[in-house]
Amino acid sequence: MKPLRAPLSEADARALKLGETVYVYGNVITGRDEMHVRALKLSEEGADVPKDIEESVLFHCGPIMVQRDDGSWSVVAAGPTTSARMNKLEPEMIRRFRIRAIIGKGGMSEEVSAAMKEVGCVYLAATGGAAISMAEGLKRCTGVEWLDLGMAEAMWRFDAERLGPLIVAMDSEGNSLYEKVRRSLVRTP
Amino acid sequence: MKTLPEPVEDVVVKLLRLANTKLPADIGWALEAAAGWETGEIACTQLGAIMENVKKAEHLGLPMCQDTGIPVFYVKGRFDSSIAGKIAAGVERATKIVPLRPNTVDPLTRENQGSNLGQGMPLIHYIPTEDDFTEISVLPKGAGSENMTRLGMLNPADGIEGVKRFVVDSVLDAGGRPCPPSIVGVGIGGTSDRCVEMAKEALLSPLDSENSDPVLSKLEEELFIALNSSGLGPMGLGGATTVLGVKARKAACHTASLPVAVNIGCWATRRASARITSDGVVYSQGAEI
Ligand code: SF4
Repeated sequence: MKPLRAPLSEADARALKLGETVYVYGNVITGRDEMHVRALKLSEEGADVPKDIEESVLFHCGPIMVQRDDGSWSVVAAGPTTSARMNKLEPEMIRRFRIRAIIGKGGMSEEVSAAMKEVGCVYLAATGGAAISMAEGLKRCTGVEWLDLGMAEAMWRFDAERLGPLIVAMDSEGNSLYEKVRRSLVRTP
Repeated sequence: MKTLPEPVEDVVVKLLRLANTKLPADIGWALEAAAGWETGEIACTQLGAIMENVKKAEHLGLPMCQDTGIPVFYVKGRFDSSIAGKIAAGVERATKIVPLRPNTVDPLTRENQGSNLGQGMPLIHYIPTEDDFTEISVLPKGAGSENMTRLGMLNPADGIEGVKRFVVDSVLDAGGRPCPPSIVGVGIGGTSDRCVEMAKEALLSPLDSENSDPVLSKLEEELFIALNSSGLGPMGLGGATTVLGVKARKAACHTASLPVAVNIGCWATRRASARITSDGVVYSQGAEI
């Protein structure tokens, strides 16, 4: 069980082996469909995009957040969402922002895997639905962007501590644990 | 749990809290059993993470999954038309105080009212009977599993073998997306709409209840073995635990049709029921409809 400190360098991402279990510490941002659409659109238009998307650990997650009286936010539940929904947007996202790690569930397409290989990025599988344990790992909310997209779709920032367990399910060499499992599935009857 | 008589709105808030924070006991047992026979390291990590999460959620009284779903209601027994408004009020309040994630949006504009209400929502199925109680059941359904729903209008000649193939393909093609180990609801027959409804209703059956129809009971067992021999495993990362249970229902259909529907319930298949009588309310997590 390996601790992984974010932000990650390209070398850090490339050093991760398929099937390995890791825990993430440090900066993590969340993003789902709408966050991807907005980040790509703004960047295409040459407008400002939050700096910390660059080389980020991007968590496919729409958390339940509550706002405290002093205006700060705390996280209640934060499991991974189905990553495949972002299949069309992610290759561009990875190339443009040099994303280093994606945390999600269910895995992503070959096109995404190709972009990961090119840029040096891995896919970390979180346990789907383990929202309370993952929320504990997202120790501190350090900010939010684009709250107009709604609670689930906004881009949340966290300072993570022992976020996991996460399995390296797609490495930066083009290997995918999901593909491996899929190829050896036994279909009876 | 039993309480004195209370307003329907309060019952609905309690039901949503119970369903979202406490996994039904039968599913907990099935997870424990799976962790006992599972040998793969990654699969064991996943099952361990799920069980730990379930424990924490119950202890903290917080939703076990951030996708608190779309609440689907079933109202059985005696009731009048005012119940719909009371259930809606309960959903709105529960969204604020449990809290639940506001998931309900307009399908085209994607506008979110923030209350989990909206046109046609909450969805309520009515089953009037002569009993002298009102039983409200809720099945909050997350999108990860609901999005994997399939309806097949098979040829009658495809027979039960065709039904099995359809179910196996639906579950395996869904892969890790519906958060396996899952519970597979199967509807067979009826009309296309009824078939899809039955597949979801089947998810209300406790895993330790036996199907009273011997043909369906055998089918459930065969599918359970076939799916757990597939190797898909928890979260689609490989292993011997792809499903925790298979539950099937059937209804008569047209002589030229063989509808089959699959509705996958994730490991976090959340359900709760309340039986309301004149002397109080009894809450449970395994009432069939
Ligand atoms: S499929 Fe179920 S457990 Fe997984 S994220 Fe959705 S609601 Fe949660």
